[in-house]
Amino acid sequence: MKRLWKIFSRGIIVENPLLMLMIGLCSALAVTTSVQNGIGMGAAMTFVIFFAEVVISLFRKLIPNSARIPIFIIVIAAFTTMVDLVMKAYTPDLSKAMGVFIPLIVVNCIIMGRVEAFASKEKPLDAAVDALGMGVGYTWVLVGISAFRELLGNGTLAGIQIMPDTYVNILFFTLPPGGFLVFGLFISLNFWLKKVFPAAADAAKEAA
Amino acid sequence: MNLVKIFLQAAIVDNAILMRFLALCAFIGMSNDVSKSIGMGGAVTFVTVLASAVTWPLYHYVLANPKLMAISPIFDLSFLQILVFILVIAALVQLVEFFLKKNVPSLYAAMGIYLPLITTNCAILAVTFDNITKKYNLAESLVYSVGASVGFTLSLVLLAGIRDRMKTANLPAFIKGTPSLFVATSLLAVAFMGFSGLIK
Repeated sequence: MKRLWKIFSRGIIVENPLLMLMIGLCSALAVTTSVQNGIGMGAAMTFVIFFAEVVISLFRKLIPNSARIPIFIIVIAAFTTMVDLVMKAYTPDLSKAMGVFIPLIVVNCIIMGRVEAFASKEKPLDAAVDALGMGVGYTWVLVGISAFRELLGNGTLAGIQIMPDTYVNILFFTLPPGGFLVFGLFISLNFWLKKVFPAAADAAKEAA
Repeated sequence: MNLVKIFLQAAIVDNAILMRFLALCAFIGMSNDVSKSIGMGGAVTFVTVLASAVTWPLYHYVLANPKLMAISPIFDLSFLQILVFILVIAALVQLVEFFLKKNVPSLYAAMGIYLPLITTNCAILAVTFDNITKKYNLAESLVYSVGASVGFTLSLVLLAGIRDRMKTANLPAFIKGTPSLFVATSLLAVAFMGFSGLIK
């Protein structure tokens, strides 16, 4: 149990895919103009990474080493297609807001990286826990960035008006440059996190 | 005229990196040196145009052929789009790599190391999807793909230049290293916002 918790918690801070390893950035910046989008993207991504890792871990002994990359791509693409079609059918607004970034989950380096580095070697249960950890780690950063951008850029949080009426929206934060700036500040958190969790910094160095 | 418009729209107004957040991994990883970034830009341009030239006919004649679809909806294979497109790009990258290695070793030496990275470059996949969703014809998609990759190269080279200057700059401690890249990119994006509305 302790071992599983260790695998799970790694993705949240120590090996956080966005803040520490800096992979899979495109979707993290593009869709985070509102909290709903952040949650939607996080959920879609968690679904794909969970099933991709579990399936590949189940078949890890059958997948020939020389053909593993194309097989991984096909598995990931299959689950991405499922998410894409389900979101188009049930949450058309969300799907439209994210546009091309749902299909682009297929080339998200986080999934490919975890599948290659973890799921293709470990047992299905471990892989599932690892996927959930990575998914949660990805989602919290997304929600954090989008909350920041939505609050300052639109005065709302998940669609609910938070700022007083006299607040003038700083449009900058919902536009692309604001995304880059807020993300830069979020990685700046790294320094603080590394001070608070010195062990985290060492582990991240090993992972990189 | 229309083609010029599509080119400018793709290269500057909707710049793949600064306005649409595509291909950020390559953007951050490859922008530490101007000549490297030009090499990467060249490789991306090559593969993007090739990928558009292959995926467009593939989609319109095989996956969603209107004539076949009129016969029976069973021929509507457009749900395979993601799978087929990513495999086409991966296969193309491999082919280009083999071809260059054998026939143009000098170009391979210059471009070779960037090629494997390109498979997971989301700008290429996004361009091939855009060609379909924007309902471009073949000529328009080719121009769009050239424009998008020129825009990619442009912002890569611009950031590489800025990074050169930042090496000697005196930055506040909390922003040193990678955060400074994103702040610089943010300012670059502000500059590119000035082009919005250039094309109606």
